[in-house]
Amino acid sequence: MKIRYFAWLRERLNRGEEEVTPPAEVITVGDLIQWLRDRDEAADLAMQKPSLIKAALDTEIVPHSTPIGNAKVIALFPPMPGG
Amino acid sequence: MSVRLQQAPFDPGAETNAFLAASAGAGAAVTFTGLVRSRPDDPVSTLTLESYPELAEAQIGKAIAEAVVRFGLIKASVIHRHGRLAVGEPIVQVMTLAPHRQAAFDGASFLMDYLKTDAPFWKKEATPEGERWVEAKTEDDDARAKWNK
Repeated sequence: MKIRYFAWLRERLNRGEEEVTPPAEVITVGDLIQWLRDRDEAADLAMQKPSLIKAALDTEIVPHSTPIGNAKVIALFPPMPGG
Repeated sequence: MSVRLQQAPFDPGAETNAFLAASAGAGAAVTFTGLVRSRPDDPVSTLTLESYPELAEAQIGKAIAEAVVRFGLIKASVIHRHGRLAVGEPIVQVMTLAPHRQAAFDGASFLMDYLKTDAPFWKKEATPEGERWVEAKTEDDDARAKWNK
């Protein structure tokens, strides 16, 4: 699956997107965030406050408890200050 | 119903006129234009809006559909820019058309409150001290929450 990052999260990770293949035990968005943190120090630091990370599965904004399912693109980003 | 995301500037007057020209028979239209702000005590030279266009189009489209049903709008349009903007330039324009003024006002207000909290745009301000990301404000969440009643 593809993960896309936006705003300061993108800057802190120094990448806008990446392809990942998480293990089967990664079920929810929250699991994915934890898995990303465990494998990468920059990600661990950038996402140490999970409440500051929002998520979208394809074109749906979802809470961290949502199962990833068959989403093709998962976006992670800070809360939006809007237009 | 339309959602338009673009980097290029838009002309709020021309957009309003085009919206009104296709509005035969309706009683009320409301247009709101959001501008890049700079305060004397906290000057901003440019604003860069980062966007996730696929998500923005889907989210704003859903909000328009909800507003149309909820307030009985005849139609609604949102134009939103991204990329680098100068102070005073329009960022966003919301236009609603309804049989009566209250529905047009409420629909526009609902759409703006929605855009402030749920549309995937992130703002980076360039200031004399350097660049900074604008944080989401809790009063915007409060404004959005009032529509959940």
